[in-house]
Amino acid sequence: MTTTLARPAAPIVPVPLAEAAPETPSLPEAPVGRERGAVSPSEWRRPHVRFGLGLTQVVLLALLVVAGLGPMLLLAKFAVTPTQDILSTPLAVFPNGIEWGNLDQAWNRVHVSQYFLNTIWLAVGSWAVQVIVATTGGYVLSVLRPAYGKVIQWLVLATMFVPAVVLLVPLYLIILHPPLLGHSLINSFWAVWLPSGASAFNVLLVSRFFDSLPKEVFEAARVDGAGNLRLFWSVLLPMSKPILGVVSIFAIISSWKDFLWPLLVLKDPNIQPLSVRLPAIAGTTDLGVFLAALAIATLIPIGLFLAFQNHFLNGAGFSGAVKG
Amino acid sequence: MSIQISTTATAVAAGRPRRRSLAGWAQNGGASTLAFAMPLLLVFGVFSWLPIINSVVMSFQKTNLVKPPTFVGWSNFTYVLSDPLLWTAIQNTAYFAVLALVIGYPVPLIAAVLMSEVRRFRGLFSALAYLPVVVPPVVSVLLWKFFYDASPTGVFNTMLGWIGLGPFPWIQDADWAMPSLVLAATWAGAGGAIIIYLAALTSVPTELYEAAEMDGAGVLRRIWHITLPQLRGVLLITLILQFIATAQVFLEPYLFTGGGPAYATTTVLLLIYNYAFANSLGGNYGAATALSVMLAVVLALFSLLYFRLTRSWSDE
Repeated sequence: MTTTLARPAAPIVPVPLAEAAPETPSLPEAPVGRERGAVSPSEWRRPHVRFGLGLTQVVLLALLVVAGLGPMLLLAKFAVTPTQDILSTPLAVFPNGIEWGNLDQAWNRVHVSQYFLNTIWLAVGSWAVQVIVATTGGYVLSVLRPAYGKVIQWLVLATMFVPAVVLLVPLYLIILHPPLLGHSLINSFWAVWLPSGASAFNVLLVSRFFDSLPKEVFEAARVDGAGNLRLFWSVLLPMSKPILGVVSIFAIISSWKDFLWPLLVLKDPNIQPLSVRLPAIAGTTDLGVFLAALAIATLIPIGLFLAFQNHFLNGAGFSGAVKG
Repeated sequence: MSIQISTTATAVAAGRPRRRSLAGWAQNGGASTLAFAMPLLLVFGVFSWLPIINSVVMSFQKTNLVKPPTFVGWSNFTYVLSDPLLWTAIQNTAYFAVLALVIGYPVPLIAAVLMSEVRRFRGLFSALAYLPVVVPPVVSVLLWKFFYDASPTGVFNTMLGWIGLGPFPWIQDADWAMPSLVLAATWAGAGGAIIIYLAALTSVPTELYEAAEMDGAGVLRRIWHITLPQLRGVLLITLILQFIATAQVFLEPYLFTGGGPAYATTTVLLLIYNYAFANSLGGNYGAATALSVMLAVVLALFSLLYFRLTRSWSDE
């Protein structure tokens, strides 16, 4: 192949998340160019306004810390507190000693390590299926554009109007007796992986991104003799890193959150994810150990959030709402 | 729509008009295009389009896992509609939706309006507000279930005890259960709405504020007469989305209370689940799909409304 293909041909276009969510045009923390909100700078300079607003904001921050961070801090504290202290004085700042054994017991004795691994496997598989379906589908819908593309696009879009609840029972029966396969997919990770790929939101997001890429790049690649596969692999995918990042984070987080579907199709406790196992072990596990297990289950989502805050705070509001 | 890449490229490569034969179609990349469409077609076909069709068909059938399904007309629908629990479930779901509207709807709006005036560390504010949203819902429900411990040493009862209130029964009492569920759901969901409002607030034109200030309008009047009217589109969208979400509430009643006490928190979705999956001998799939189809028709109308609103605004 020619050298033009190897070169990254165009500057990477920023993620057009605003297109998917028309009302979220910019970063929440980005009104840098904005000199004012409802309160003007000259008002800000007046002492009593400054004091009043400042006080309101300090109170607001305190409330946010208590409401947003508080439960997480409590959970972290409980994870290393002896059960006796959790029960008698749950809000004591300094409990009688630290019980690291909770974490150890949760991880080893209660097999949280196994469930943790299951959760990761489910997330990785769902991620792969979603990325494959969304990128190849988006490629067909917005770059290759076959005659039947419009029909597919319409059918994909139509699924957004069908609430997830409708799928529950029929999808369960399909997993029980999948077409052409001959054996049930119950107790197989595929039962969770494959249906997760049918996300109209992902396809829409990715094909909108592909639409925004400069068409000249594809034409140049065509002229240089690139076939469909080459165009996809060497031109389109390298230009799609931003959108793939967004899709990946949503895929992993939503897989981590998923509860009802894995509960229905993964009956064997040994392959169930944390979200299904945690309620099941709640009654039979020592409270301190159980709360330690809850804390462990929260680590990865919070870590992802801290690492990719901008992705979350940009478009997550709408996508979460649409997906939920 | 812009130029169709494939046709252009074919014309360049072949220098003659497109052939209509199957072989020509395959040679022009039609086959590989279809291959690229396969993952989407298979996954959506088997796991989305097929179950959607099946749900409508099954709602008119008697389905069990032993015998082939038989058509039974509208009897699934009449069965569901004559189930006294259905009306309890609808009432409970509506009660949840109303409580969520009263408690959960204004909180993020007020928080976002206040946060939009923050000049320093705004990122910290929004990160704190969004943190509960990333906590896995199962974890937050189980954690709150522990917070709701009805004994005087429960977490919330201890806190309220400091100001001389309580102890309260929380989720163990039929009257308290639903508000408790809504409170937990609000905590888990408010961050998402706050982020949406914050983004919308940045697009309110500052000239409007300046003009109002010239006219002598105070800060509160500016918020009432400019900020809120400017947000009305977004407010309507979040209202519809919240309605769609609350109509399908499942996790909270299922994990907090299992629908109890005395069916006080049995929601429509919990009823669907119970029809289909609660009986280990095999569920009443017909009744479950009939109820889901009825719920879906109601929700689809709201989705359509949502879609039309967002579409018309993005066209502007």
